[in-house]
Amino acid sequence: MTQLDGVVKPKTKRSKRFLQGREPKLNENIKNAMLIKGGNANQTVTQALKDIYSLKKPNAVMYKKKNITRPFEDQTSLEFFSKKSDCSLFLFGSHNKKRPNNLIFGRMFDFHVLDMIELGIEKFVSLKDIKNSKFPEGTKPLLIFAGDAFETDNEHKKLKSLLIDFFRGPTVPCVRLAGLEHVLHITALEGKIYLRSYKALLKKSGCRTPRIELEDMGPSFDFTMRRTHLASDDLYKTAHRQPKALKPKKKKNVSHDVFGTKYGRLHMQKQDLAKLQTRKMKGLKKRKGEKAEGEGEEVEAEATTAKKAKTQ
Amino acid sequence: MAACSIEDVLAKAERDEAEKLKSISVYKELELEFDTGNLFAFDKNPPDTREFKKQNKDEFLRSLARDNTQLLINELWKLPTERVEEVIVAKLPEPTTRLPREKPVPKPRPSTKWEEFAKLKGIQKKKKTNLVWDDVHKEWKRRWGYKRANDDTKEWLIEVPETADPNEDQFSKRIKAKKERVAKNELNRLRNIARGQKIKVPGVGLAPTDQQSKTELGKAIHVAKHSTASVGKFQGNLPKEKAPKNMGKKRQFQPLIGDFSVEKQKQLDMLNIMDSKKPRIDITKAVNKQMREEDRQSGFQKRKSPGKKGRKGNFSGKGTAKGKGKKGGPGGGSGGGKNRKPRMKQGKR
Repeated sequence: MTQLDGVVKPKTKRSKRFLQGREPKLNENIKNAMLIKGGNANQTVTQALKDIYSLKKPNAVMYKKKNITRPFEDQTSLEFFSKKSDCSLFLFGSHNKKRPNNLIFGRMFDFHVLDMIELGIEKFVSLKDIKNSKFPEGTKPLLIFAGDAFETDNEHKKLKSLLIDFFRGPTVPCVRLAGLEHVLHITALEGKIYLRSYKALLKKSGCRTPRIELEDMGPSFDFTMRRTHLASDDLYKTAHRQPKALKPKKKKNVSHDVFGTKYGRLHMQKQDLAKLQTRKMKGLKKRKGEKAEGEGEEVEAEATTAKKAKTQ
Repeated sequence: MAACSIEDVLAKAERDEAEKLKSISVYKELELEFDTGNLFAFDKNPPDTREFKKQNKDEFLRSLARDNTQLLINELWKLPTERVEEVIVAKLPEPTTRLPREKPVPKPRPSTKWEEFAKLKGIQKKKKTNLVWDDVHKEWKRRWGYKRANDDTKEWLIEVPETADPNEDQFSKRIKAKKERVAKNELNRLRNIARGQKIKVPGVGLAPTDQQSKTELGKAIHVAKHSTASVGKFQGNLPKEKAPKNMGKKRQFQPLIGDFSVEKQKQLDMLNIMDSKKPRIDITKAVNKQMREEDRQSGFQKRKSPGKKGRKGNFSGKGTAKGKGKKGGPGGGSGGGKNRKPRMKQGKR
């Protein structure tokens, strides 16, 4: 009944709008994230979840109670939660002896798990521990990935895609230049992944572009990659498929030169060149007066000949 | 003199420019990949591990981050800007990174029967005004919906046409007609949906569930038999087929003003029954039935859980089954066991 399948019609306009917000669209909504605590979640993991929740604030749901599930074995409860709260990203935190301080980042496609990556927290510095002013929630962050591992290793590539999806924020047409404060920098180095969050200060430089100074602000994590659960290639292909309507329409009959001159083509119908309308040349126009003069001369000539005949 | 001074001036200008750009320029071996639509930069340069080990880790990471951020900001400042309410805003291009969708691409809605017909005939939709002038109330009212114009169910005076029965209620006739129209509309709407989803639209008894009871099968046969042009008048019966009872009316009511003598007789009979000493139900039969039920239940329980001696409950309804229609006792007892199908032979209620 989550879809507007028409059999059960929503009784109020408000519920209708709510259901329309949740159905699949051409241009999608921003992805919501759900942050879930596992059976044995200790202080570190809980604090980490809270920090990431505050980073993702309006587009995230934090579950207060502990849920005793194992995402890598059984994904049904996660899928049920995602369907109920309309969240396609999830972050599951747990702790046990074998895998201490565990965070599982994951995303869904059509309410089924697409991929999940398990990261272990080696070192964690929380938002509370660094005492300085923060920026308002909901700022779109500048994401920077560093390290060639993100290019070469397949799992790191998927992790990069997942982290972009997670922290991206809404897609906006314009951004206020002075408001670019949040910088998330992720480095892959020696098998570990370092996530640092900074506040950018725009300083005066000689020219228009400012000089950047960074101030350590947000949560900082040192991760190690543990297990992964990636989807098959065709599922990735289906998930990445963009509808044709979103592709930009090609402008026909317009071409550009090497020098940047714009050329256009016009298609005309066949014209009769004899009846072509050209410029009017007044001098060549046949006037009415000319014709009458010609006649008058003729009449005179006749008259004189007649006279001559008479006189003769 | 003049020539070398010009050269000097140019050289000085270049040096000044370089000085200015020094603060924001960063040298990298490999250029970064930018996706300004997402405010995203990717540095492919392998980070210097020796430096990392030498320095404090955080310091190294911070300087690396500063350099990369500077490059990203340089890219962002190259974008076209505009002024929106005293704020300088940069226009972002479309994001280039391919990310998976959240939900699959929406499918177009299946068209209804009318839409297909209109497409076939080339009928265009005519745009109608929202409000219609109602002469009775002398104001503009909605075309349809709550408090609409020209609502014939809300009239206070209806002239009875000459051809109509004088005892017929014209107001209720109009209300009934409206209800029928609403029901027909709803049926067609659901049929359109079913056709769109390619579900078979069932008639009565023609969409079989897995286990059909005798009555359901009987109903399906009855419907099939009467779906002919002569409404089943000339359909022969199968051998041993009986006409189904309880078709249609579930309750029969006598007419309000009918046969007086019959009504009198009925009332007298009722009084006789109330007066008589004989109980309405046959006690021996009821008791035998009850005992049979009990035996059956105990046998079932024993088979299910050997050795488990549960209390059978208080069957106090045995001896006190008096009065009209008292089926409480046996009825209550038979509902006690687990996993039992409802008995068809429940007798008259």
